[in-house]
Amino acid sequence: MLAVLRCVMMRDLILAVRRLSDVLTTLFFFVIVVSLFPLGVGPEIEVLRMIAPGVVWVAAILASMLALGRLFENDYRDGTLEQLLLSPQPLSLLVLGKVMAHWAVTGVPLVLVAPLLGMQFGMSAQGIGVLLISLILGTPAISLIGAVGAALTLGVRGGGVLVSLLVLPLYIPVLIFGAGAVEASVSGLGAEAHLSLLGAILVLALCFAPWAAAAALRISLD
Amino acid sequence: MAFAGINWFKYSSPASFYPVAGKMIPWVASVAVILAVIGLYFSFFVAPTDYQQGEAYRIMFIHVPAAWMSMFIYVVMAGYAAMGLIFNTRLSAMMASSLAPTGALFTFVALWTGALWGKPMWGAWWVWDARLTTELILLFLYIGFMSLEAAIDDPRRASRSSGLLAIVGVVNVPIIYFSVKWWNTLHQGASISFDKAPSMASTMLTAMLLMTFAFWMYTIAMVLYRVRCEILERERHSEWVMALVEERK
Repeated sequence: MLAVLRCVMMRDLILAVRRLSDVLTTLFFFVIVVSLFPLGVGPEIEVLRMIAPGVVWVAAILASMLALGRLFENDYRDGTLEQLLLSPQPLSLLVLGKVMAHWAVTGVPLVLVAPLLGMQFGMSAQGIGVLLISLILGTPAISLIGAVGAALTLGVRGGGVLVSLLVLPLYIPVLIFGAGAVEASVSGLGAEAHLSLLGAILVLALCFAPWAAAAALRISLD
Repeated sequence: MAFAGINWFKYSSPASFYPVAGKMIPWVASVAVILAVIGLYFSFFVAPTDYQQGEAYRIMFIHVPAAWMSMFIYVVMAGYAAMGLIFNTRLSAMMASSLAPTGALFTFVALWTGALWGKPMWGAWWVWDARLTTELILLFLYIGFMSLEAAIDDPRRASRSSGLLAIVGVVNVPIIYFSVKWWNTLHQGASISFDKAPSMASTMLTAMLLMTFAFWMYTIAMVLYRVRCEILERERHSEWVMALVEERK
């Protein structure tokens, strides 16, 4: 079981490393979106500090949503996905492997860059720490939930726009608790409650999302 | 049980459901109209003026039933979608897709009337309160369901994909329902619950229940009407539809 998981993950990771520009595009999209806010809102550091957690979180969600298209699309086009469906291994496990690889190439870079952006927005060290933890807990959940949307819109015309309509509403709880954790910590309330809920969402998504995405893939490739 | 003699599975076939639905529509629709007339009379003339909120509270007689129906319809829709996926029945998927527009309508009505109520009471058309936000998400879920179904050309895949989406989205319904309890924000808590006496005058409660049943019946009538169109459209190549068309000519 674990060997299969590792095999799928390694394959996707190698493919991603060979096409490094895709990974960097997502990352730069994230940085650019966040950098647009000071230009739009104005450079008052007080305002920026207040909106920073929300801005970073929204940008992270948009960036990882844009990358969803690559999760299954290439494998679908060259027929790999059909082979995966035919394999005797449980499909949900294969999906989990793909999602983990996807998170490693889209989610992890975002998490690593986020402290830098937080400093640009004048966030406190404590705030940045909580932001980092909330992103570590939240971005895998986003990748998992997004996998369901990506699987449902596979090969559908206008799939790229449609997937945002499907998954963004489902991302809202993650966004609320993710950005809320930072705000609660900065205002002295403590971030434990928000982070626990975020962890709960991640666990639920880990249990159900691969399974739902696998069902969606079977429908899409029927 | 008088119902025991009827073979319910017979009506899961579109061909036998189509005429039954046609016969039910006028009855259900007239019940909806009668209940709505009585309910509106109760809401505007019988129910007393609220001592705090004045006359403006009367929008609640539309707002609360619409909000209830918006959540209830989503659960029913997800239930039909699940039945369609599990038992592979064609009619269930058609019912799910017929429920979605009415559900979206009620969600919109609940949000709209809520805004009208919020302006005099809270002094704002919209606040980013937990219940308002989650209800807005529900509207997005309905829209996502309908647009996914519209985007896929193959009707069978369309109903299966959107059905799966409906089931995934059903997690939002308990969040909406309990949001006022969990977050304790501006939107007031439930006025009616099963475990304690309702916190309002009995005529208000009567009016609200009458309106709820009116909306419920309206939903059934609309859904049956829409599902009949859906049946004809999807089964247009089958013999019984062709025979029906010949007959009508």
